[in-house]
Amino acid sequence: MQPHTVLPWYIAGPLVGLTVPLLLWIGNKSFGISSSLRHTCAIASRGKNPILAYDWRKEGLWNLVFVAGLVLGGWGAVRFLDAGGPVAVAPKAAETFNSWGLGASQGLLPAELFSWASLGTVPGIVTVVVGGFLIGFGARWAGGCTSGHGITGVSNFDKASFIAAVCFFIGGAFAHWVVLPWIMTL
Amino acid sequence: MTPTKYPIRGILLYLLAGIYFGVILTTAEMNSWYRIQEMFRFADFHMFGILITGVLTAAISVRLLKRFGFRDLDGQTPALEEKEFVGWGKKYWMGGTVFGLGWGLAGACPGPIYTLIGAGHSVAIVVLLAALAGAASYYALANRLPS
Repeated sequence: MQPHTVLPWYIAGPLVGLTVPLLLWIGNKSFGISSSLRHTCAIASRGKNPILAYDWRKEGLWNLVFVAGLVLGGWGAVRFLDAGGPVAVAPKAAETFNSWGLGASQGLLPAELFSWASLGTVPGIVTVVVGGFLIGFGARWAGGCTSGHGITGVSNFDKASFIAAVCFFIGGAFAHWVVLPWIMTL
Repeated sequence: MTPTKYPIRGILLYLLAGIYFGVILTTAEMNSWYRIQEMFRFADFHMFGILITGVLTAAISVRLLKRFGFRDLDGQTPALEEKEFVGWGKKYWMGGTVFGLGWGLAGACPGPIYTLIGAGHSVAIVVLLAALAGAASYYALANRLPS
């Protein structure tokens, strides 16, 4: 496979950070992506759940448009900017992935876990379905995800976001060091 | 119906902002399951470098803008609201850990899920639907969970 260029961290990081003032400038919006899940639930609930009985058009339309942009951005990056190719995994990590039964990277995600066929396997179900469920449940319980707490809240020195971000890492490290090694052998 | 709060200009700008962030997530491989797993085993600096410089850039730029009394496109003074905090902030500890578990398993958080769908990984739609089911379950139980 042809090597492709990865945007280096010292360029990607500042560009990620600038999203916060960018959204403040466009319309005084607080950068956070898991809100899109809340607004989608609000649309589906039609005011039946009092927690979700707010005007999603007023509060959330901008956020749903923003995540539609994310889908387009992912498409454009692959189509025009040569992104999405095999990931050059650090040798130490590659060894581990190998021991989990994953072959060399063919793209952003391991096909052994993220394919329609993998949904018939235990590791595929746990990573795709259980993983996805916990992301949505936890993000809305904590009132934010990696963007809203991790970037926006932490950069604003918000106590709640510091706690959430630390717990994100604790939960993620547990999944990586304990849960994944176990389920990959099932 | 589009309320007056959202003129076409606003909608377009949010769409462009989303495209901008989606392109960064994808070209920097932040939406790669491999990159997230590498991060949790401290095998590579890439993700840490992005998070550290990202937070610093956001913190410094927002402070500078405040300092110079900047206004948004509607002429308002923008502000980031502080998150509500009750007691020990149980929901941040517990919800944060639950989110982290999902993040570590799926190797993606909400932003990357959307970009992966665009990048041609159709199975990421299942991750998104599962996340919506998770969010809906939370809202069904919210009254009985620590806040």
